[in-house]
Amino acid sequence: MSYTNLTISTAHQMLSAGKISPIDLTKHCLEQIEKTDPTINACITVIKEQAIAHAEDAAKRYKNGEPRGILDGIPLSIKDVFCIRNIRTTAASHILENFVPPYDATVIGKLKNAGAIFVSKTNTDEFTCGASTETSAFGVTKNPWNTETVAGGSSGGSAASIASGQCLGSLGTDTGGSIRQPAAFCNVTGLKVTYGRVSRYGVISMASSLDTIGPLARSAEDCAHLLEIIAGFDPNDSTTPQVPLKDYSMEAKKALPKYRIGIPQEYFGDALTEETKIAVESAAKVFEKMGCTLIPLSLPHTKYAVSVYYILSPSEVSSNMSRYDGIRFGPGPKKIPDDLQEYFFAAREEGFGDEMKRRIMIGTYALSAGYYDAYYKKAQKVRTLIIRDFEEAFKNVDALLTPVSPYPAFKIGDKSQDPLQMYLADTLTIPSSLAGIPGISLPCGFTSEHLPIGLQLLSPAFTEERLLQLGFHYQTATHHHLTCAPITI
Amino acid sequence: MSISLEEVRHVARLARLKLTADEEARFAPQLANIIDYLGMLQELNTDNVPTTSQVTGLTNVTRADIISCAPRQDELLACSPLPKEDHQLLVPSVFS
Repeated sequence: MSYTNLTISTAHQMLSAGKISPIDLTKHCLEQIEKTDPTINACITVIKEQAIAHAEDAAKRYKNGEPRGILDGIPLSIKDVFCIRNIRTTAASHILENFVPPYDATVIGKLKNAGAIFVSKTNTDEFTCGASTETSAFGVTKNPWNTETVAGGSSGGSAASIASGQCLGSLGTDTGGSIRQPAAFCNVTGLKVTYGRVSRYGVISMASSLDTIGPLARSAEDCAHLLEIIAGFDPNDSTTPQVPLKDYSMEAKKALPKYRIGIPQEYFGDALTEETKIAVESAAKVFEKMGCTLIPLSLPHTKYAVSVYYILSPSEVSSNMSRYDGIRFGPGPKKIPDDLQEYFFAAREEGFGDEMKRRIMIGTYALSAGYYDAYYKKAQKVRTLIIRDFEEAFKNVDALLTPVSPYPAFKIGDKSQDPLQMYLADTLTIPSSLAGIPGISLPCGFTSEHLPIGLQLLSPAFTEERLLQLGFHYQTATHHHLTCAPITI
Repeated sequence: MSISLEEVRHVARLARLKLTADEEARFAPQLANIIDYLGMLQELNTDNVPTTSQVTGLTNVTRADIISCAPRQDELLACSPLPKEDHQLLVPSVFS
């Protein structure tokens, strides 16, 4: 049988009923990687022997009628910025290409305890800096719907691995749209959580005031199951507040209240392609039919968000990247200079790719004497104005509905020569990242060229259950999310 | 508010990046283009607006100072490609 659009929920039922075994399911995913990855390049590392060994353990638990829960025996891919003990973790950078962490990230430990099976570490833009996976030191990930186009980024490998049938779900990171945009480009469901909802201990940092960790999967319900396992306070991550957790999968299935859904006009501007506009507007009508009210509104500072983000996030990147000096991390230069300063210069010159150098320089510039007030401090103030926009909006509405991206997946190479154009690709996901609020990306249709289109829903901090509920009900009424990419057929 | 080639060299030095002539020629106009775009923030009056540096509202988060033994010292040392001596890493000398 075909497993290529199998959800985690259905797989768990089949595993529990003994219709399939975790070993078959894992072997199927590994075969699918062998079949599709030479074309797609979603994986940096394939975890074959360990995955099969763990599947055998899960099979025993199912046989004894004692599975650990819904994720037991479920094959997942993991973005290659999460530390898994004794598995190479590269951040898609030459500077970490031989890094083998001796410990598990908190969320990896939680997934292991739940019985999940890791089949691959997936491709990303270098240190997650990008919107297309083109800045990876391990080559671009291609979109399973059209291999001439990008899979999106930075969690492009995670989204493409699900869309290629290589796994049933994945973990990604989202700093300015890096889960939501690749999910939209690959017809996958992706959740960006509230800042602080999920521990980042053991996950390689990009921009520390913005980075979040979240699930990608084939349905909102599956994202709820994954979130249930990974969310929560962690003594090892001082940015995780002790906000009570919800029973996300149960909440998601509750009857849909008559939510008021805001439609912010700034997200439907000229840059939006006609097909995206039509698909997102018809998705809004689906919610209207389910009893929700659509309320047009304005988030006036939206147009400043990309500027704020591309000051604050490179500033934080430049600081976080200082540890990659060839001594604390990184292999060091090939030829050892006499002088220590020269050692650092050479290690970083050889280790970082173009985009990392650009971002480190933008950040260093924004933080340097003479420019700090005009750029960094100014951006911190405008960030406050963007947060206030959302606070005002959520006084009147329960959620916001927008496109994820102004356009579908673009051609490989189309934007990589013009960094500013690449930065503008995240126009519609960046504002909510600055506000630290959650967002979900849901498949909502296709272009005439069969490229997926994504719908974004946003809600106030720590209300992920509302997004998952809206997503669950939307996916009960529609079937876009279960449509398979051509490569899987 | 654009950035000159001189400034690109200065910033690269501050960031401990040694750019090749080819990289300088490529990055200078790209960075100028980006920094010009970022300049749009200047049109907003933010005189009485407080800054936001984080969104959790958490301050002074502490935990008990309990020593954990994971990962072990030898496991941590094994992560580094640098030569080892007496359970320590050998790094290049600071003073020549």
